[in-house]
Amino acid sequence: MDAVLSQYIDPYFLRIILIIGINIILALGLNLITGVTGQLSMGHAGFMSLGAYTSAILTMNYGVAFPTALLGGSLVAALFGFFIGLPTLRLQGDYLAMVTIGFAEIIRVFFLNFEPGGKAVGLSGIPQETTFLTVWGLVAVAVFLNARLLSSRTGRAFYAIREDEIAAESCGVNTTRLKVTAFVLGSFLGGLGGGLYAHYMFYIDPQVFNFTKSIELLNMVVLGGMGSIPGTILGAVLLTILPELLRVVAEYRLMFYGALLVILMIFRPNGLLGDVRIYDLKKRWGLGKNK
Amino acid sequence: MPILELKGISQEFGGLRALDSIDMAIETGEIFGIIGPNGAGKTTLFNIITGIYEPTQGEVIFNGGNINRLPAYQVARQGIARTYQNIRLFKKLSVLDNIRVGRYGVTKNGIFSGMLGLPLARREESQTMAEAMRLLELVGLYDRRWEYADSLAYGEQRRLEIARALALNPTLLLLDEPAAGMNSSEKVELVSLIRRIREEMELTILLVEHDMNLVMNICDRIAVLDYGRRIALDTPIRVKNDAAVIQSYLGVEA
Ligand SMILES: Nc1ncnc2c1ncn2[C@@H]1O[C@H](COP(=O)(O)OP(=O)(O)OP(=O)(O)O)[C@@H](O)[C@H]1O
Ligand SMILES: [Mg+2]
Repeated sequence: MDAVLSQYIDPYFLRIILIIGINIILALGLNLITGVTGQLSMGHAGFMSLGAYTSAILTMNYGVAFPTALLGGSLVAALFGFFIGLPTLRLQGDYLAMVTIGFAEIIRVFFLNFEPGGKAVGLSGIPQETTFLTVWGLVAVAVFLNARLLSSRTGRAFYAIREDEIAAESCGVNTTRLKVTAFVLGSFLGGLGGGLYAHYMFYIDPQVFNFTKSIELLNMVVLGGMGSIPGTILGAVLLTILPELLRVVAEYRLMFYGALLVILMIFRPNGLLGDVRIYDLKKRWGLGKNK
Repeated sequence: MPILELKGISQEFGGLRALDSIDMAIETGEIFGIIGPNGAGKTTLFNIITGIYEPTQGEVIFNGGNINRLPAYQVARQGIARTYQNIRLFKKLSVLDNIRVGRYGVTKNGIFSGMLGLPLARREESQTMAEAMRLLELVGLYDRRWEYADSLAYGEQRRLEIARALALNPTLLLLDEPAAGMNSSEKVELVSLIRRIREEMELTILLVEHDMNLVMNICDRIAVLDYGRRIALDTPIRVKNDAAVIQSYLGVEA
């Protein structure tokens, strides 16, 4: 499939389309934690690196099949998500953000010293198993399940926690448990994105998963619109393409990138698609009336 | 058997004794008013009943069982629903979703069931939808169901909060100053709404309210709090004529 595609599509574009898909999966995970449930996480790259290293080591050193390794990486990330989720029971806002930053740093420093992961040099020669179909197939599944989840009883409770924890409790929501759940699900997707990334790039090192990466992912969620699936997808697409387009301005790239973000947030403080949910669309198209 | 019994409830915040050995028993089916000047401890009492605070001393007995140590979400699942003095809606959720979240405590389907659309989830979702529609009609917000909760007018927000509480299918409903900020026609509607839900849903209602006419008009019995102490507990007429109450509270108002 990829071979066929690359005959028709410029490999450079094909690569960007793949990265977009991986970023959508990563951002959907963070959206669950931060956009939907309102728990500010600034360490999503940490979960990504856990998925990347775990799956890469599994395929390279243990000859584990790619899908199994991918699942393994995601599960390890989810396990860490569980432990990072626990402090959310006590911490809010800035404090939680600090814990998540710290967590991602600790993971990064761990991999810097981790022999099987090649220390600072990283891992190279990871089999390139991630194909166009794997990525976009998984994007489709992730979007579908996310949409189902968010329109379900549990999904509504996630949003309720973001809006008002005390009121959510008085509706019978065990906020403690659901906040940890959001972390577990979100970090699972983080690990999945990391595994896909590692098996696309051949090569990973701890620097790939630094603080800047976490912020880049957070930007996607915030820019697109906290809690909105269409918004998160749009954010992931734009913020993957934008740096590429800005290559022409070379070293001013980061400056432009920052300025664009600031301008967007001034005009659309709730993100590009605000909190666009299915029922908003229904209302706009007049489909809601008959229900 | 009373539906709710408070036995010697005291609550201290630092050095402040917000409630001082409060005793009262609420009978099934009554509308029970709690009045008292600002800072008397009315909201604190609600917070204790609903599990937001654990009282420094005393017991909360609901349907014969002690609920002192239950966390708020479990108190809700036992069938105690409430509204807040400072409205606490889910602002950026639709009116409909606010009510549907209210059904959380009486439904069961979990993450995977919801994500995969298993039969339990689908059955509960359609029940939740039907119940939400009924409640939307009841509080007159059907036409506004797709709007964000924070786009509603003040009086509508208060009604939405009541609808969300009712979605829990409670047997005991606590209303903390439901008429605050309402104009007189809205208050008339509120009174008929409260009467109606008591009849139709077989509820017991505990009501904190500063509007004396409304309280006297709607309540079967009234307790008066003053500086954390219960200074009276009787029928509206007797409370109105109680010397201690007149001195500490009604006198000030008149
Ligand atoms: N969490 C808290 N921490 C410290 N003090 C508190 C707390 N909650 C309430 N208080 C104090 O307890 C006392 C009773 O407050 P409460 O809110 O119960 O009064 P209220 O009767 O509801 O008054 P109002 O009519 O103004 O709503 C007040 O002095 C208040 O300042
Ligand atoms: Mg109060």
